[in-house]
Amino acid sequence: MQPAIKVRDLTKKYDEGASGNLALRGIDLDVHSGELLLLMGPSGSGKTTLLSIMGCILTATSGSVRIAGTEVVGLNEKQLPALRLENIGFVFQGFNLFPTLTAAENVELMLDLKGISGSEAKRRAQELLDQVGLSEKYASFPADMSGGQKQRIAIARALAGDPQIILADEPTAALDSHTGKNVMEIMSRLARERGRAVVIVTHDSRVTGFADRIMRIEDGAIAPNEETTAVPPALPAPSLVRPELGLV
Amino acid sequence: MPPLAQRNLFHDKVRLSVTLTGIVFSVVLIIVQLGLFLGFTTATSNLIDHSNADLWLTSQNVPYVEQGVAFSERKLYQVRAVPGVADAQKIITRFAQWKRHDGSQESIQVVGINVDDELERPWNLVEGRVEDLKSPDAVILDELYKQKLGVSHVGEVFEIGHYRARVVGFTRGIRSFTTSPYVFTSFKNAQDFTNLREDQTMFILVKLVPGADLQQVRGDILAHVKDVDVLTTAQFSRMTTFYWMFTTGAGVAVLIAAVLGLVVGFVVVAQTIYATTMDHIREYGTLKAMGAPNSYVYRVIMKQAAISAVIGYTLGMVVSILVVHGSEKGGAAILMPPSMAGGMFFLTLAMCVGAALVSINKVTRIDPAMVFKG
Repeated sequence: MQPAIKVRDLTKKYDEGASGNLALRGIDLDVHSGELLLLMGPSGSGKTTLLSIMGCILTATSGSVRIAGTEVVGLNEKQLPALRLENIGFVFQGFNLFPTLTAAENVELMLDLKGISGSEAKRRAQELLDQVGLSEKYASFPADMSGGQKQRIAIARALAGDPQIILADEPTAALDSHTGKNVMEIMSRLARERGRAVVIVTHDSRVTGFADRIMRIEDGAIAPNEETTAVPPALPAPSLVRPELGLV
Repeated sequence: MPPLAQRNLFHDKVRLSVTLTGIVFSVVLIIVQLGLFLGFTTATSNLIDHSNADLWLTSQNVPYVEQGVAFSERKLYQVRAVPGVADAQKIITRFAQWKRHDGSQESIQVVGINVDDELERPWNLVEGRVEDLKSPDAVILDELYKQKLGVSHVGEVFEIGHYRARVVGFTRGIRSFTTSPYVFTSFKNAQDFTNLREDQTMFILVKLVPGADLQQVRGDILAHVKDVDVLTTAQFSRMTTFYWMFTTGAGVAVLIAAVLGLVVGFVVVAQTIYATTMDHIREYGTLKAMGAPNSYVYRVIMKQAAISAVIGYTLGMVVSILVVHGSEKGGAAILMPPSMAGGMFFLTLAMCVGAALVSINKVTRIDPAMVFKG
């Protein structure tokens, strides 16, 4: 079975020319469905650049990136948004919620982009919020919620498009350890129980226990000693998620 | 689509107030200036437009109705002899001096008519009858100018050019574009008031036989009557309006003010929508990162512009209606026909949507990678 994300000899250079900054150098990487991969490394190592290119937000200078079997290097600016919408969900460090929309409306916005609106969108949004444990928060605004709750809205929004791939940039950075753990449990379930490929960029060493694989990036290249962790033991059902609803 | 546009717009009430103030200012200024323009153009050619004539006969090269030159009334009989002419009447419009009871004088435009005829009559009478002009010395003027001329009621006697003038009635809404009010009287009185000889007139109004060819009759009159110009009513009206509105520059001034109102509205709306866009730039970046096409983002911004336009237009029209209503008894009428009100809606919409293009340009250039910058 082909990987959800396949990267070969990926190079990214900022400011083209001899004096340009080489952010990524010859990256090879596969991410499979059902896998949770952590990308770790010091600041400026190229983790977020790699994530951005896998997310079809930045373009590569050279190399190959296949997302769900489609080669994205060489696609133009008009083709990339459609690919993102179809295949990728994003979770951001700063949550990036729309502050003037309620929790449900934030999720409905993603559904609207997929062409789902009206009562069907409301129903699905509420389902997704139920699944991340925010049943009582449909009509609440992000300003009235904790960091953990905001991140769970962001996850629900990322899932609204039913993507194969979830890309998360420092999802626990703004959260305390307990809340961060809850968020990671959700991300882990997304990978293992629903077969999504989940890639998380993080500095947070507290979350390594959730990963199937950890890759270290240093100076734009994968560090030679990649670590692979065994699948952790089954997690107890946390109070914040509802596995009986089937999605997370 | 979730109500992102509306929520973003109403989220910052101070900024929304600024936006709406700009739109209201623009709407009111444009309506008032265009309304003044319309009022002025109406006032300049009032007399001509309210005549029942098909043709106006003037001395040669008379550019507008206030610039008439006296000619022999014998030409009236020559005109009546032309085939196709059903009726022809003499009319005088000429400046004269009105003497108030306190001894001061005011300039007026005397309009001398054949009271038995219908080719030119005072209209919108609110007191008195046109037939009362048959009385000796009788005059009718507009109630707008009562104070200016020192008149308080029907029956008062004044002096025009050393001749007695007795007020027998008032009209409503007959404005003069110049500072000299129209004073209607009989043709004979007008000759006296304006020092014209008994055998002179300023204009001849011509009514055609039904079905007669206008241009044919016009040509025939020119062939039969020497040293005159024969103009259609519409033509003479246009010439008079053009002179007062554009040759004097009065019309250009109000049009410039109207354009200024449009520019101010555009700038204010562009600035506030741009500021709102910049406040929410991260959200637009997130939308693009999520896979929204540019057109989706444009729709959000355009919706904000359209909502602002509708609210601003509504508020602006309320103020404009009050201003128009208040001008009715003033010296300068501000006219707002339904077509102007309707057209103003589309102009407001175009102004706001056009102003939003500045923001559109900005969001088109958003780099979605910005969403990864904490």
